[in-house]
Amino acid sequence: MTTMKSDEDKVVKLRVEDLTLIFGKRKKEALEMLEKGASKAEILQKTKCTVGISKANFEVYEGEVFVVMGLSGSGKSTLIRCLNRLNEPTAGKVFFKDEDITRKGNRELLNIRRFEMSMVFQTFGLLPHKTILENAAFGLELRGEPKEEREKKALAALETVGLKGYEEHYPSAMSGGMQQRVGLARALANDTEVLLMDEAFSALDPLIKSDMQDKLLQIQEKVQKTIVFITHDLDEAIKLGDRIMIMKDGIIEQIGSAEEILTHPASEYVEAFVEKVDRKTIITAESLMFPKPSLLRVKKDGPMRAIRKMQTEGVKFLPVVEDERRTFLGYVWLNDVLELAEKKEMSLEKALKTEVPSVYSDYTVEEMLPLISGNNYPLAVVDKQGGRLLGLVTQTSLIIEATRYGDEEVKQLIKKANKTNRL
Amino acid sequence: MSRIIDLGKYIEIGINALEENFSFLWRAIDDGISWTVDNLSELLLSIPFVVFLLIVVLLAYYAKAGKMMFKKEGLKKGGGLVAFVVIGLFLIYAMGYWEDAMCTTTLVLVAAFIALVLGIPIGILAAKNRTADIIIRPILDFMQTMPAFVYLIPAIFFFSVGDTPGVVATVIFSLPPAVRLTSLGIRSVPNDVVEAGRAFGATEKQILYKIELPLAMPTILTGVNQVILLALSMVVIASMVGARGLGSVVYQGIQQNDIAKGFESGLGIVILAIILDRITQSFANKKG
Repeated sequence: MTTMKSDEDKVVKLRVEDLTLIFGKRKKEALEMLEKGASKAEILQKTKCTVGISKANFEVYEGEVFVVMGLSGSGKSTLIRCLNRLNEPTAGKVFFKDEDITRKGNRELLNIRRFEMSMVFQTFGLLPHKTILENAAFGLELRGEPKEEREKKALAALETVGLKGYEEHYPSAMSGGMQQRVGLARALANDTEVLLMDEAFSALDPLIKSDMQDKLLQIQEKVQKTIVFITHDLDEAIKLGDRIMIMKDGIIEQIGSAEEILTHPASEYVEAFVEKVDRKTIITAESLMFPKPSLLRVKKDGPMRAIRKMQTEGVKFLPVVEDERRTFLGYVWLNDVLELAEKKEMSLEKALKTEVPSVYSDYTVEEMLPLISGNNYPLAVVDKQGGRLLGLVTQTSLIIEATRYGDEEVKQLIKKANKTNRL
Repeated sequence: MSRIIDLGKYIEIGINALEENFSFLWRAIDDGISWTVDNLSELLLSIPFVVFLLIVVLLAYYAKAGKMMFKKEGLKKGGGLVAFVVIGLFLIYAMGYWEDAMCTTTLVLVAAFIALVLGIPIGILAAKNRTADIIIRPILDFMQTMPAFVYLIPAIFFFSVGDTPGVVATVIFSLPPAVRLTSLGIRSVPNDVVEAGRAFGATEKQILYKIELPLAMPTILTGVNQVILLALSMVVIASMVGARGLGSVVYQGIQQNDIAKGFESGLGIVILAIILDRITQSFANKKG
C-alpha cells in the first residue's frame, strides 16, 4: 500500500483507521491471529472466520469522488457498509467530521443515517408499493418531515436527475436506468453531505451506465457532495474518481489518482488490473515528460554556447525560452546555429524555429499523438499561465505509451517516425 | 397390551389444573365470544335480505373490478362473481336457511378475526426471531396434523357447549395459515429494500410498518383467505359441540338421515365458501 499524500488544503470528511471486519463466530480469536500477522487462509482454517476487511486506513476529502475498486469478494461493499454501520466493524474506527461513528449509540446512528449520509444501491432498493415521488421522499418520510415539505424536496431532487413528470408512476413501470435515477433522487433529496454509492451503476446497460455517469458528474459539479463510490469497473473508476482505492481480499492495495495508479502501480495485482485500461485517454503529458530539460535563453545564450551545450548533451537541437519568464519560444537546430556562428551572429533569434506545437501538462496521449506525426522533435509542455516551459515529451515515450495496446494507427506512426527522424 | 406411559392421564391432569386455576379467564373468554357472536348475528339478521345482498354484491364487484369499477372492463371482470352472489344468496334465502347462513357467517368471521389477530403478530415474530421460529414451527405442524375433532374435547371442557367452544376449536384449527403466510410474506421481502430503509435511518418499527408489512400484504391476504376457508370447513365439526348455523343443520341431516336437509345446508356452506373465497382472494391478488 502506498501512503497517501497529505494535502493540507483539503478537509478530511471521513477517516478510517485500522478498520477490520471479520465474519464468523470466533471473531476475537480471529482478530488476535490477524494482529499477529496470520494470513486470511490460516485464519479461516483455524477459526472458520472470514476476514472481510483487514486493517483498512484511508481518508476521504470533502467534495471529492472517492472510488473504491475491486473484484467481487474484495470487501469493497462490506467496507462501504461499515461507513454507515450497516455492517458492524469488528475493530477499528470510522471518523466522520472527527467523531468516531463506531462508538455512536442507536439514536445517534439513526441520525447520522438520516441527516449525514445517504446511500444508493446496486439493486435500487425502491419500494414497489410507492410512487416515484413517494420513493424519492422516503428518506425524508423516515425522518418525520411533513408531507408537503418532503414532497417539495423530492420533486426538486427528481428534477435534478431528470425525472420530472414521472412522479405518479410506479417503479415497476420504469427501466433500470430510470429506477436508479429514483434511487439517486432519494439520496439527493435527503441533502446529506456524504453520498455512499454501492455499485450504483453496475446493473445498468453500458450505454445507460455511461449516461448515468455523466449525469452524476454533472450533478456533482452542482452539489459538491463527498461521494464514496464502489465499483468493479476500472473504466468507471477512472471516469468518476478524483481518487481511486484498489482493494483485494479485504486489503487496500493502493490509493491514488487514476494516473498515479496507472503510471505507478503499487503491486503486481494493481498492475495486472490496470493493464487493459485504455491508457491513451488517461496518461497525460505531465507524467510522460522529462522535466527540467536543458534549454537555451534567447538573449543570454549566443550561438557558441548553444553549440557547446548541444555537444555536451549529444543532441541536434535544443528548446529556447525567453530569458526571465522562461516562456517557451521554439527550437534551434545545430545546423542553423553553426551557420549563425560562421556569420559571427551574437543572437540565436535568427535560427529560432517558432512554428512548433506545444502542449499543456494535462494533454493526454491521445491528444498528443496527432501533433508528433511528421515532426522530428519532442513536444514542449508548457504552463497554462504564461507558457513557461515545464518539460519535453519525446516521440519515443509517446509511442511506447501508445503501442502497449497494439493500435494500428500507432504502429503506422512508428514506421513513419523511424524513417523521418533519428536523433 | 399393557401401557408403560400414561401420557393421556398427565394431559388430563394438566387440563384440569388449567380449568380450575384459570376459570375466571375461561369465563371471560366465553362471555366475550358469546356476546360478540350474539350481537353480530343479530346485527346481520336485522339487515333486510335485499340490502344485505346489495352490500355483498357491491363488495364482490369492488374486489374484482377495483379501479375499473365504472368502466366496461370492470363489468367484464366482476360480472361473473356478482351473478354468482345474487343467485347463490337468493338460493340460500329461498331454501329457508337465511338465518342459519347468517349464524354461520358470524361464527366464521369471529373465529377468523380472532385467528388473524393472534396469527399475524405470531407470524411477524416467527419471521423476525429465529428462536421463536424454531419453537413455533413444530407447534403449527402439530396443530395442523392433529384431527380437528380432538380440539373439541378441551373446548367443551373449558367452555361447555354452545357457540364458544365451536369458535375456539375453529380458531385453533384455522390459525396456522395466518402464522405461516405472514411469516413467509415478511421473509420474502427483498433484502435490498429493507437494507435501503435501514441505510436511510429507519427504526425497526418503521421497517416493519413502512416496508415489510406493505410488501408482505399480498401473501398475508392469501393467509386471510386460507383462514376464512379453514374456518368455514370447521362449521360442521363445530356444530357437534353446539355451535349454531348451517353446520348444525348438516349435522342434524346426518343424524336424522335426512338427505334433503343435509344436501341443502351443505350446498349453503359451499355457496358461502365460494363467495368468501373469491372476495378475499381478489383482495389478495391486488398489488399492495
